[in-house]
Amino acid sequence: MLKDKTAIVGIGQTEFSKSIDSTELNLACKAIKNALDDAGISPDQVDALGSFTYEETPEFEIARNLGFGNLTYWSQAPYGGGASCAAIGQVAMAIASGIANVGVVWRSRKRGDPSSRMWSHTDERIFDHWKWSRPSGLVRPVDESSMLIRRYMHQYDYSRESLGAVAISLRKYANSNDEALMQHKSLNLDDYMEARMISDPLCLFDNCLESDGAIAIIITNMDIAKKLQNKPAIIHAYSQGMNKEHQLMTHYHGADPLESSSYVTATNLWNLSDHSPKEIDVAQIYDAFSPMIPFSLEAYNFCSKGEALKLINEGLINIDGELPVNTSGGSLSEVYLHGMNLVTEAVRQIRGSATSQVNNAKLALVTTCDATPNAAILLKGE
Amino acid sequence: MIETIPIPGIEDFDKVYWENCSKNKLTIQHCGDCNEPRFPPRHMCPICQSISHDWKEDSGDAVLWSFVIPRPPLLPVFEKQSPYAVGLVELVEYKNIRIIGQIQTNSNLDSIKIGDKLKIDFKKINNKISLPYWVKNN
Repeated sequence: MLKDKTAIVGIGQTEFSKSIDSTELNLACKAIKNALDDAGISPDQVDALGSFTYEETPEFEIARNLGFGNLTYWSQAPYGGGASCAAIGQVAMAIASGIANVGVVWRSRKRGDPSSRMWSHTDERIFDHWKWSRPSGLVRPVDESSMLIRRYMHQYDYSRESLGAVAISLRKYANSNDEALMQHKSLNLDDYMEARMISDPLCLFDNCLESDGAIAIIITNMDIAKKLQNKPAIIHAYSQGMNKEHQLMTHYHGADPLESSSYVTATNLWNLSDHSPKEIDVAQIYDAFSPMIPFSLEAYNFCSKGEALKLINEGLINIDGELPVNTSGGSLSEVYLHGMNLVTEAVRQIRGSATSQVNNAKLALVTTCDATPNAAILLKGE
Repeated sequence: MIETIPIPGIEDFDKVYWENCSKNKLTIQHCGDCNEPRFPPRHMCPICQSISHDWKEDSGDAVLWSFVIPRPPLLPVFEKQSPYAVGLVELVEYKNIRIIGQIQTNSNLDSIKIGDKLKIDFKKINNKISLPYWVKNN
């Protein structure tokens, strides 16, 4: 069993910026060193690694730069935004089962330069499943998400103003966070409504930031965790999820395209957990695009289908709401690092050290991309 | 970035689909054993795991499920076309078969509504590929 056997005991990051004059390997090394120092763990104690299949810094380079000892476990999780909690869960399982004792999960990414956008590398001839959409001009992830939110807004009678509440709520959190790229930029409904369209009905502020940086976390077993300086963020539950007929980013062919893989992850996660949605104190919801927040809130059963945007407009996800969400500003307003900043923020909430701290936060949910095969973890304070 | 339209690569399991599109015919893959329709085409029937399959012509009558209007930055070929509308349509004859295609707008993007009745047409890209394209079906 995985439940409560491991914890996140260290978090580390580099500066976040639109452009950092450094390599991804250099950034990864710095973030991992910061996470180890935060945990109070020496590099030679690390024996497990977890990363993303999209990560371009190899395990052996990380290990020999940081001076790790002999490694006994490493794995990579696929599907970009769907990967962070899967990479963490897999390392946690390895530690819980005794294969290894101390694991590092990291993501280093230089995404600020427009030429690094994955869609801009679309091939002349497409052989994977994107052959069914990209030739028609549905090319970018934002276009693929926009298709679903227009249907949702039609089905549940929402306007663009209602959707704007998501980006505005997250920006308020970023305004209190020194590390957030958007700390000094306010956002109100007029700004939102006047913003240029990227993929109608989604505008600029519905999109995550394009940024450079790296984030790392340290996972260990509870015996080691109890001897360390930080309050552990215990990994209480973890699941991955991929639903029937799933098609990456263009899940348009199942019985209901609005029912994503998050429904599978959520059902299994709650089954494995001792807790229910109404007990959760704070949630970090993957937000490459703003619609993923209402979609995920419904999938994780915080409310019924079609209800999330109404509740968000009533204040649900704000700091004084029932379920504060993406309290560091998230991918929309803090930094976009494939959701790893959502993990570190959940750990800060459990420790009580977040810039927008939820009083006495004991249970923090972290999710990954609603539009891909995905995963989630439920973190718990002691 | 590529300057041309990204073209679907033809594979054994969808060769007939693209051949028929080039003849302005929409055909749907069915299992050769249990007759279950499936889209997009694939190697194996997800119901009975048979690799045998047939193709059946469809009327191309559809209803608009949703659509988007992509704006720059885009691939150069689409940036030149922008603004254009891409729809996800549901075929009238098949519950749960949805197909992507551009929608004919006649420069009036505001006229497009979810629920619009559409009919298939094809846009010829080259000798081997024509893409489904949807027009109003009044």
